[in-house]
Amino acid sequence: MTDRQSPAGEAESIPALLARNAARMGARPAYREKEFGVWQSWTWAETAEEVRAIALGFLVLGLKPGDHVAVIGRNRPAHYWSMIAAQMCGAVPVPLYQDAVAEEMAYVLGHSGARFVICGDQEQVDKVLEVQSMPDAPQTIEQIVYTDKRGMRKYDHSHMNALAHVQAEGRAAETRLGPELDARIAGLGYDDTCVMLYTSGTTGKPKGVVLSSRNIIETSKNTADFDHLTEGEEVLAYLPMAWVGDFIFSMGQAIWSGFTVNCPEGAHTMMTDLREIGPTYFFAPPRVFEGQLTNVMIRMEDAGRFKKWLFDHYMKVARRVGPAILDGETVGFGDRLAYALGNLFVYGPLKNTLGYSRIRVGYTAGEAIGPEIFDFYRSLGINLKQLYGQTEASVFITQQPDGQVRSDTVGVPSPGVELKIAENGEVFYRSPGTFVEYYNNPDSTASTKDAEGWVATGDAGFFEEGTGHLRIIDRAKDVGKMADGRMFAPKYVENKLKFYPNILEAVVIGNGRAYCTAMINIDLGAVGNWAERNNIAYASYQELAAHPQVYATIKSHVEEVNRSVAEDPMLSGCQVHRFLVLHKELDPDDGEMTRTRKVRRSVINEKFADLVSALYDGSPTVYTETEVTYEDGRKGHIKATLQIEDAQVFGEALQQKVAAE
Amino acid sequence: MTEMQTTTAAEGYVTADGRQIGGVLMDLKGITLRFGGVEAIKNISFDIRQGEIRAIIGPNGAGKSSMLNVISGFYVPQEGEVWFKGEKRGPMKPYEVARLGIARTFQNIALFDGMSVLDNIMTGRLNRMKAGFLSQAIWWGAAEREEIENRAAVERIIDFLEIQNIRKTPVGRLPYGLKKRVELARALAAEPGLLLLDEPMAGMNVEEKEDMSRFILDVNDEFGTTIALIEHDMGVVMDLSDRVVVMDYGRKIGDGTPDEVRNNQEVIDAYLGVAHD
Repeated sequence: MTDRQSPAGEAESIPALLARNAARMGARPAYREKEFGVWQSWTWAETAEEVRAIALGFLVLGLKPGDHVAVIGRNRPAHYWSMIAAQMCGAVPVPLYQDAVAEEMAYVLGHSGARFVICGDQEQVDKVLEVQSMPDAPQTIEQIVYTDKRGMRKYDHSHMNALAHVQAEGRAAETRLGPELDARIAGLGYDDTCVMLYTSGTTGKPKGVVLSSRNIIETSKNTADFDHLTEGEEVLAYLPMAWVGDFIFSMGQAIWSGFTVNCPEGAHTMMTDLREIGPTYFFAPPRVFEGQLTNVMIRMEDAGRFKKWLFDHYMKVARRVGPAILDGETVGFGDRLAYALGNLFVYGPLKNTLGYSRIRVGYTAGEAIGPEIFDFYRSLGINLKQLYGQTEASVFITQQPDGQVRSDTVGVPSPGVELKIAENGEVFYRSPGTFVEYYNNPDSTASTKDAEGWVATGDAGFFEEGTGHLRIIDRAKDVGKMADGRMFAPKYVENKLKFYPNILEAVVIGNGRAYCTAMINIDLGAVGNWAERNNIAYASYQELAAHPQVYATIKSHVEEVNRSVAEDPMLSGCQVHRFLVLHKELDPDDGEMTRTRKVRRSVINEKFADLVSALYDGSPTVYTETEVTYEDGRKGHIKATLQIEDAQVFGEALQQKVAAE
Repeated sequence: MTEMQTTTAAEGYVTADGRQIGGVLMDLKGITLRFGGVEAIKNISFDIRQGEIRAIIGPNGAGKSSMLNVISGFYVPQEGEVWFKGEKRGPMKPYEVARLGIARTFQNIALFDGMSVLDNIMTGRLNRMKAGFLSQAIWWGAAEREEIENRAAVERIIDFLEIQNIRKTPVGRLPYGLKKRVELARALAAEPGLLLLDEPMAGMNVEEKEDMSRFILDVNDEFGTTIALIEHDMGVVMDLSDRVVVMDYGRKIGDGTPDEVRNNQEVIDAYLGVAHD
């Protein structure tokens, strides 16, 4: 293993770490990108040269220390390089969500006051130009740089350049501007800003989280040690660049450990590229794992009888002994043999198909993952773990050590992180990764981070006795009380509902009410496949969602969840009495979810107020009109009459509705 | 017949969006095409200029597809002359047409269903493969070099048309809109100077039409390919094309920019019908 310098030494910035990697492992692959059907590769030495050329080009264009450089595009080496190049010039990279519409982008571009914008392609350039032409837009943007030249020829280039040209000009200016660039790199301090990331904001406007080099590098170092990451790891960079996780995994940890970052050809080829790369270190939100499991199950339904039997038989073996083998516990010889055979016939080929053959460490976070899904992957021998974190903490707050992995906890505090639980159950942390401030927002900074550096997570949770693992119940502000004073934790019930493949999203309502109700989104993949199998014809999502048999299936899921919720004395009041299946998928474009796909409760309560009142006034159906935003930003309306169903409840919850009526 | 050649000087013209259109690439003079006693095309003359998007429109049975087949050299007209790149063109075999740099797509998709998208597009490069049979068979020397070069060219087109994710999918499994895109890809693989599109949007939904329109404009813009297309969807035609020929019952009833054609009384009559008194 390459010996690493202490971060207190000269490696106090990402550009410094890049120079270190280029000097010590210059010939190892740093970045790969699939383009024109072939994986193109750059070593650390080549990367250092490319990044320097971009940085010099930025100097030619007049980038000043302290400037903000917005980066909007999919995961590409050029975009990661632009971020490092901006840092070299003393500027601060601000990656933005590439699927944001122009209005959303306008706020962030205006708030950050970005002078330079790096755009992935014509689509992003168009959005930036649209932002500039908005009447009340602050005119801070001076230079637009784009990576993909396609379709760009006819644009006014007086303030616009292709990245390749910027690089070429930078190379030409080496002798003139090289000393200036070297001086700027040397001037980077450990507490200078490394990156600014905008939080998705479940409530209100996004906030710019300022993270210093200390935050990023200390966190990367600690967590790389925790999981023994080496320069031999392979990661697939496919999650949004604006998300803190991608910045830590594909930038911080990658450059600290010196491992290879692989960029897929495009979002729609991600699964193929995953299979081709076979990452050793992998991160995905539960959604991805759920989707893959659903696909596997659908395909097994279509398999021949022998294959189906083989799969079922060995999955049973895997479920019984797989997790124990993974955790290094003692397992009998017979079981080990059966598992080895299963690996030969089923698990090995399956993992290969999924692209998980080489995974050493896998993480999931962001949302709760269903125990069945979690156990499925672990039983195959994939070391899937959970972590708990947020942007303000440079991701890591808690994570699960090898051998102590369970689906219902989020693990022990990450190295260097201190945790405490407030009286109301809210979790607080303090760590080397704790953010510096919210940009231009001292009020929010003060209300989130106290003088001693403790940060409120906004989540309610508790430490499990005996193991010391943290368990998260819900967002602290979402935990409420029902009319009869019982605890209301919607997320707890929603997660249980979402563990059914047929249910994509669920919103449980009930704060201050006599009983709980739910709005449910079906999963088009799973339910559509079921419909096909049962010869049920449907023309649209809306029609399928309203189908009586779909309702019957969902009803059975809701009742099973009620039965399981009834077992928990603290939360038994959260059983769902009435529910409806929504006629449209909740969508970030309509503001119903954040870009990271978290439900915005207040928006939903307001937008679907008619549905909420129908859920409580006892009416069997409700007519509704909903505004939807299409991908190109146009608006439209959909109309529907939705059925409202009653579901059976159990135990003490039986009295709730009686009391209400 | 109304002739509206006002916008086209001999050395080309500049379009509304500022593109420079060159000289005459193909000149059709007095074309008449008969099938037995039926006159499908009656004494039609028009030209296609370097770098322009030229549409041929008209109601059903107007003779549009026949006209495209004359341009592609598939039909040989009984009367009239076809001039291509300044030379008069006689009867030709399909591979000779391909060598001239003319490629086309079909109204009814004509792909190899069992082959992958990649292989289908590779067939578009066939006339650029010159290695001998033996060398191809043992995959050595020139054959290998050629295959790699051609594959690289095909990959650029796959990237251009954004079909990376279906590269290895058999064409038979693709939805209609994507098949149309693969057909366009195969036509582009031949690196044509003149691209003929027979109803590229037929049967597509709005989103697919928008995508296809963008690709057609991009092909014209990026590769400088001259495009002649037949299309039913008037909205698409008027937005896409630089000049439009309107046919009705085998006659040419209009020719000019979309605006000129739109205001042409004969064209309006042909599309909306005329009151009989």
